[in-house]
Amino acid sequence: MFYREVGQFKTNYRADQSIFPIRQDRIAIGALLIAAFIVAPLIMNDFWLNSIMIPFLIFALAAIGLNILTGYCGQISLGTGGFMGVGAYACYKLTTIFPDTNIILLILISGIFSAGIGVIFGIPSLRIKGFYLAVATLASQFFLEWAFGRIAWLYNYNDSGAIEVPTRKILEFAVTGPTASPVVRYLVVLSIVVFLTWIASNLVRGRIGRMWMAVRDHDIAAELMGVHLLRTKLMAFAVSSYYCGVAGALMVFLWLGAAEVESFDINQSFLILFMVVIGGLGSLVGAFIGAAFIWILPIFLRAAPGVFGFEIGAATVEHLNFIVVGALIIIFLIAEPNGLARLWQTAKQKLRVWPFPY
Amino acid sequence: MRAIIGPNGAGKTSMLNVINGFYHPQTGKITYKGKSRSAMSPNEAANSGIARTFQNVALFHGMSTLDNIMVGRNLKMRRGFFWQALYHGPARTEELENREFIEHIITFLEIEAIRRTPVSRLPYGLQKRVELGRALAMQPDLLLLDEPMAGMNLEEKGDMSRYILDVNEHFGTTIALIEHDMGVVMDLSDRVVVLDYGHKIADGTPGEVQKNQAVIDAYLGVAH
Ligand SMILES: Nc1ncnc2c1ncn2[C@@H]1O[C@H](COP(=O)(O)OP(=O)(O)O)[C@@H](O)[C@H]1O
Ligand SMILES: [Mg+2]
Repeated sequence: MFYREVGQFKTNYRADQSIFPIRQDRIAIGALLIAAFIVAPLIMNDFWLNSIMIPFLIFALAAIGLNILTGYCGQISLGTGGFMGVGAYACYKLTTIFPDTNIILLILISGIFSAGIGVIFGIPSLRIKGFYLAVATLASQFFLEWAFGRIAWLYNYNDSGAIEVPTRKILEFAVTGPTASPVVRYLVVLSIVVFLTWIASNLVRGRIGRMWMAVRDHDIAAELMGVHLLRTKLMAFAVSSYYCGVAGALMVFLWLGAAEVESFDINQSFLILFMVVIGGLGSLVGAFIGAAFIWILPIFLRAAPGVFGFEIGAATVEHLNFIVVGALIIIFLIAEPNGLARLWQTAKQKLRVWPFPY
Repeated sequence: MRAIIGPNGAGKTSMLNVINGFYHPQTGKITYKGKSRSAMSPNEAANSGIARTFQNVALFHGMSTLDNIMVGRNLKMRRGFFWQALYHGPARTEELENREFIEHIITFLEIEAIRRTPVSRLPYGLQKRVELGRALAMQPDLLLLDEPMAGMNLEEKGDMSRYILDVNEHFGTTIALIEHDMGVVMDLSDRVVVLDYGHKIADGTPGEVQKNQAVIDAYLGVAH
């Protein structure tokens, strides 16, 4: 009843092509942005910002990156962790070489390095597909891990082999480093993620997005429409790796504060892949839902026994956590193999035609 | 309009594959728009105005009708990555111009109601129609149709024949049509070429071909 397009007539194609053609959706997204930018920093404590919101946004960004490659262009990748690492190490080197440059600019630039590496490792995708491509990207993952661990120049010859984030300020506010407040870091991460999400939504609904999806759905027919396969796939690798690289730089500079090789290992790749699969391949909303499911749900589950007054050992809680999340993943994938975003779509569609089923 | 006929496995689809560059012939050459070459690449064929539909529907199954047909406009759209990323100014203008163009195709093919429907949910007959729409969106000079009416009922065949005739007459598009329904072939085509075992065995007007002994033999399976 309240979620319908009745009475909202579109008199031109411009209105029909907008991101949110239904008015209620526009209101909802506006409210969400106000809540994220104004309400959240006011009511959330440091734990919420630091341990829940900031990582959630960063993982969502990485999931968008992987989703562009896998969900939109159909190229499976297990190299996400490595590409995130490239962004992080590039940003670290950039802050060393250009200590006075705006840190946000450097974070955005570091993604370009990751994009370049992504393109190189994307070249085999012209010849190999599916699981074989996944294995090829696995090779990039291992190679990059090796590079992060063995090329001492990357971590400025530290004895620890780790990278430590230096303090960088914008207008007297520390944005990175130990003195940066969670609120400032949260707002910076949020701004970058919102901006890049907007760019991604523009790309996927225009000509480039259609080219990616055409390659995903039927590469032969796409070629016949004048889509250049290698160029299109490499563009997907570049954009995807850019997003992952920025996410990696954000992860180290605005969340963890320090990192070493293990932060970008194969587990990281799998984590992001799970987020994409659970959230829904080929859906930007799905990237956020997937990141929330994989990152935020376990935090609540961990807190649940304490809230209900059960005394359970930390290790047991952790095991229970694995069991519950694992079971939920299976249940959701059986109920809706196309991910949570599709469930959300279906619910909206039902609401639109309610109370009639068709 | 030229029909290509012949028994199953005669090499009709293979010939289209050669023309639009999926196969590279071992011998012979392709002469198109006055230019001869030994092989095409699919992108080259698309760029020079060759469009095609497939014997087995080859739509982009994860996309809506609208998006499928919009992919056909790919070569007509020029705005690069920067404008695409902003989706404002020139990129939006271009998008809307092309949207308007394909709306004409959608009206022509009478598929207005399924604009937003994912093509995987459409019945077979409509999928074939969307595929034709996608090829038309390229504004081709040469349109290759591989069994566009296979598996259709009489009414659907009638509709499809009308669309094909209209395209040929109104837009002046050259059409190469593979079809097994002889009634349709005789009604639609100006000339018919017959293939058997990869060779051309006859070439002429529908009437001539119908009387040709080699063609009758090929269809009846007379021993060689
Ligand atoms: N000229 C040819 N040279 C080599 N092989 C051919 C030729 N024509 C047909 N064939 C073979 O016959 C098979 C069936 O051809 P196809 O084009 O699908 O037949 P049709 O579409 O007429 O039913 C092809 O896969 C190919 O192996
Ligand atoms: Mg055939």
